[in-house]
Amino acid sequence: MANLKKLIIEPLRKTNPVTALVLGICSCLAVTAQLKPALVMGASVTVVTALSNFIISLLRKGIPNRIRIIVQLVVVATLVILIDQFLKAFAYDVSKQLSVYVGLIITNCIIMGRLEAFALSHGPWESFLDGLGNGLGYCLILVIVAFFRELLGSGTLLGFQVFPQSFYEAGYQNNGLMILPPMALIVVGIIIWIQRTRNPEMQENNQN
Amino acid sequence: MFNNLRRFIDKIKPNFTEGGKFPWLKSTFEAFETFAFTPNRVTKRGCHVRDAVDLKRAMIVVVIALAPAMLFGMWNIGYQTSLHASDWPYELGTAASWWYCLWFGFLRMLPMLAVSYIVGLGIEFTFAQIRHHEVNEGFLVTGFLIPMIVPVTTPLWQLALATAFAVIIGKEVFGGTGMNFLNPALVARAFLFFAYPTRMSGDSVWIAADLWGTDAISSATPLAELAAGIRPSASALDLLIGTIPGSTCETSVIAILLGVIILLLTGIASWRIMLSVILGGGLMGLFFNLLSTLNLPQLSTLNSQLSTYLQLPFYYHYLMGGFMFGAVFMATDPVTAAQTNVGKWIYGLLIGIFAVMLRVLNPAYPEGMMLSILLMNCFAPLIDHCVVARNIKKRQKRALVQQKSTKP
Repeated sequence: MANLKKLIIEPLRKTNPVTALVLGICSCLAVTAQLKPALVMGASVTVVTALSNFIISLLRKGIPNRIRIIVQLVVVATLVILIDQFLKAFAYDVSKQLSVYVGLIITNCIIMGRLEAFALSHGPWESFLDGLGNGLGYCLILVIVAFFRELLGSGTLLGFQVFPQSFYEAGYQNNGLMILPPMALIVVGIIIWIQRTRNPEMQENNQN
Repeated sequence: MFNNLRRFIDKIKPNFTEGGKFPWLKSTFEAFETFAFTPNRVTKRGCHVRDAVDLKRAMIVVVIALAPAMLFGMWNIGYQTSLHASDWPYELGTAASWWYCLWFGFLRMLPMLAVSYIVGLGIEFTFAQIRHHEVNEGFLVTGFLIPMIVPVTTPLWQLALATAFAVIIGKEVFGGTGMNFLNPALVARAFLFFAYPTRMSGDSVWIAADLWGTDAISSATPLAELAAGIRPSASALDLLIGTIPGSTCETSVIAILLGVIILLLTGIASWRIMLSVILGGGLMGLFFNLLSTLNLPQLSTLNSQLSTYLQLPFYYHYLMGGFMFGAVFMATDPVTAAQTNVGKWIYGLLIGIFAVMLRVLNPAYPEGMMLSILLMNCFAPLIDHCVVARNIKKRQKRALVQQKSTKP
């Protein structure tokens, strides 16, 4: 049981797919200018990772090794289309904001990575939890990055103004750099920096 | 006096060593000690270059070379304001007004310098302390440069933020002085440029008018005029002397040339880089002049304001904006520039070419110098690598030929 719990907890911390494995960076840059799309994106990726891990793990003994990538892609693509249709039906404005990035979940490295590295060699329940944990780990980083980018870049959180108007009258300005994609990369870099400083065992020894 | 200082330092020294009262301030203490006196310690292992010019002294020479530009910049801040302010206390053109211009500019520059140094050095000392490094003087010049390349109306909190960003993200992340691949002062300027574009460009940020409580005074820099398709209203002579609106201390080519003399006489900065940047900019300017004589119809569809810029005599590019300042003080930064001699030529030529190209072809970035130096900073290690690899190949070839010819 403790082992199963670890499957969910660890990806939130030391084996985080974004900060430790540096996967899924591209969408991290694209959707984190505001908090709301980041939350929706994180939730979508979590659902897709968990379910695709579960389904592939069920099928793993029947998939011929040579065509396994194609089978994985079919499963992931089906799930992504379902998510896309779901968002279009129930959260149309966010779905428009995310535009192509929902469809591009299929290319998210975390999903393929977990399928290849975990689901193909573990049972369905464990795989489901692993997918859930990694999806949440991705979601966590997305939310942290989006929190700072929206707060400092637009002065809002989830669309609500955080800084009072008197701040702006006193000369405060929103930081335009935060809106630009490079800043997402720098914020992720800072998160990785802090994480590695706090966990020295994560640092590679490159004094060779 | 120096003896007293020495005695005082020796007296408080035990406090900062292992077992003293403040061992965690060791780096800070050492920084001040070596700032005042040449260190008396001798290295025990390995090869070291013995030279009277250590990092601190080299940095001081650069600061001295920057002094003419700084002084002129202070005067120009006051001068530009006096031209536009309705209630300037002295009659324009008199000696009293002249001195007041300098004093006015000094009062504007002082807080900016103070903020830049306090924030930057604070961060440097903190990092050195945490990492148990010695504090080095990498920030001496950077702290001096940052206030020199921003508009005079930049709010101090933005300047502090930009300095912190430049020192942490531009330098300390990579391991501190000597490890950074981007020029920290330019990182600070780029940060301001992208984060607060309304404060870094446009017509209302170049004149320090807010002391009088009036609204911002609108005054376009030559580069902004050209981006809008107008020939600069200032004459070439004004541009050369630098009595034009612009970033605080980079307007005067003459003051910068005084700095060049100091830098070249002491051999601190590379003449190859300066010369090649100027050559590259000139070549690109001439190329654009040539383009304008061809009268290509495609060019006018690209950008309707382009023709004025294309016809501009090439030497104007040297006189406007931060071209000379960048060529002399930014591109030659020994840490971020190319290291090999051939590499320096390539690096400098490309900086000049890209700077003029960005200015002319992209009206959204009126000053291309900052972006082109940062871009070439990124490519400098690659250039060096190619130059070294080519050299090795050439020598291997020569050795092979010799081997063959000596064989019976």
